[in-house]
Amino acid sequence: MSKTWTIVRRELQSFFDSLTAYIMLVAFLGFSGFFTWISGNDIFFIGQASLQSFFSIAYWTLFLFIPALTMRQLAEENKTGTLEMLLTKPISDWQIVFGKFLSTLILIVIALFLTFPYYFTVWSLGPIDHGAVILGYVGLILMSSAYISIGLFASSVTNNQIVAFLLALIIGIFFHVIFGVLASSLTGAAGSVFDYLSMSTHFSAISRGVIDSRDIIYFLSIVVMGLMGSEASLAKRNLN
Amino acid sequence: MDIIVEKVTKLYGAQKAVDNISFKVNTGEVLGFLGPNGAGKTTTMKAITCFLAPNEGDITVGGLSVRENPEKVKSLIGYLPESNPLYQEMQVVDYLAFVAELQGVPKEQIPGRIREMIKICGLSGEKSKNIRELSKGYKQRVGLAQALIHDPEVLVLDEPTTGLDPNQIAEIRDLIRKIGKEKTVILSSHILAEVEATCDRILIISNGRIVANGTPAELRMRAHGDEILKVKIGGGEPEDIFIALEDLETVRSIAIMDNSPEYFEVHSHENENSARPIFEMCAENNWYIEELTPVETRLEDIFREVTMN
Repeated sequence: MSKTWTIVRRELQSFFDSLTAYIMLVAFLGFSGFFTWISGNDIFFIGQASLQSFFSIAYWTLFLFIPALTMRQLAEENKTGTLEMLLTKPISDWQIVFGKFLSTLILIVIALFLTFPYYFTVWSLGPIDHGAVILGYVGLILMSSAYISIGLFASSVTNNQIVAFLLALIIGIFFHVIFGVLASSLTGAAGSVFDYLSMSTHFSAISRGVIDSRDIIYFLSIVVMGLMGSEASLAKRNLN
Repeated sequence: MDIIVEKVTKLYGAQKAVDNISFKVNTGEVLGFLGPNGAGKTTTMKAITCFLAPNEGDITVGGLSVRENPEKVKSLIGYLPESNPLYQEMQVVDYLAFVAELQGVPKEQIPGRIREMIKICGLSGEKSKNIRELSKGYKQRVGLAQALIHDPEVLVLDEPTTGLDPNQIAEIRDLIRKIGKEKTVILSSHILAEVEATCDRILIISNGRIVANGTPAELRMRAHGDEILKVKIGGGEPEDIFIALEDLETVRSIAIMDNSPEYFEVHSHENENSARPIFEMCAENNWYIEELTPVETRLEDIFREVTMN
C-alpha cells in the first residue's frame, strides 16, 4: 500500500508541477460557477435551494476534463520508457495502475471540495435537502471514478496522448449519451439493458437523493473493468 | 548473489530474440555482454530484471526465480535501462527519493542514501535541478544513481557509458569495478575496449545465441593460438632479411606492414615460438633487432570472427 501511495504522491506532484492541476481546477470552477450562478438554467432561475443545476453542469464538465487528466498517465510513461523503469521496481502492475487512478480521483475530489462554498451559499438562501446534496457529490465522485478508469485504460493502450484523450471520450460518450438515447428509442429487454448501461440513469437516481446498490455496483464494475483492462495492457508486453 | 540463466528463449512474434541461452554469473563477478545490434543483449537483460517474462526457461537470482518471485528479485536488482528513462520534470533529489521509496528503502535511511549517491555519482552541483535541464552525461549519472540507490546485490547496466565524455567514462568504469568486487554486475556494450577494461568475463552473443564465453585472455587464446611478432631488424637489406626470415623453420608466413615497410609481421606455426630463431638469425648475419613486439589478437577480431557467420 505504501508503494501505491508513493505513486499517488508523484502523480499529484506532477499534476501540480505541470500546471495541469491548476488549469483544471480553474477551468472546472469557472465553467461550473458560470453556468450554476450566472447563465441559463441557473440556480436563481429555478428558484429552489438546490444544487441540481450545479450537478448537471459538473456531470458534463467532469466528463470532458477527466480524459485530459488521464491521457498522459500511462501513454507518456509508455512513450518515454519510464514504464520500464517503474515495472522493474518491486511494485506490481496493479499498484501502478491503482496509484494513478487514485491520484486523479484525489484531484477531482479537491476540485469538488472547492465547490463547497456553492453549497453554503445555497444553504443560506433557503432550506436545502442536505441528503440530496451529499449524494449528489457522491454521485459525481462515483461517475468520475468510472471515467478515470476508462481514461486510464485508453491511456494504457497507446503511447500517444491525443489518441488516449479521444479514445477515452469515444468510450465515455457511449456511457454518457449514446446508451441513454438507445434506451429511450428501444423497448423491451434491449431497452432496459441500455437503460442500465447509461451513466445518466444511475447518476440522476443518486443525485435526486435515492441510492441503490445497483447504482453502486454499476459504477464500481466500470471502475474495476477499466483498471483491470489497464493492468492487462501493461501485462501485454509478455504476450506474443 | 549468483544469477543463473537456464535455457531461456524469448520470442517477439515468430522471431526468436533470445534462443535457448544458458549462463551463470557468480558473486563478485563483472560480466560483459557483447554483441552486434539486435543480438539479444537488451532482451536478456529485460528478462533478468523481470520486465519481460521468458517464453521458455527460467532465470534465478540468488536462488529466487523470476517466474515465482518477481517482486523479490526486482528488489535485489539495480537496473539502468538502455534508454535511461527519467521523469524529466522532476528534480534530481525528488526523483532519487521516489525511486528509493519504490525500492523499499526504509524512510529514515532515504536522505542518507540520496546524499551518498549524489557524492558517488558526482551530482552535487545538479541535485536540485530539474532532470530536463541536465546534459546527457549528467542524466546518465542520475540513471546510475537510481540503479544504485538501494545498494542492490545485483547491478544490470545496459550500455552504461553512452553519451559520456572520456573522463566520465573512466569514472564510471572505476565505479563499476569497485562495485563489482562485492556485487554481481552485468553490463552490455558494443565498445570492446570498455568490456575489456571493466569485465572479468565476456559473453559474446549473436542472433540470440551465445557464441563465445570466457575471460578476455581466454577468448584471445581461443581465437588465435598462433604467435604473431612484429619485428624491425637493422643492419641489412630488407630483401635479405625477408628471405632469411622466410627460411626459418618456425615461421609460417611473413607480411610486410603496409604503412611502415621496415617492419615485418611474423606469423609462427601452431605452438611454435619464433623469437629465439630470429635472434640467432640476426646474430649469424650480423644484423640487429631494433624492435620485437608480440602482437595480441585484438578483441575486435574475435568479435568479428564469432559474430560474422
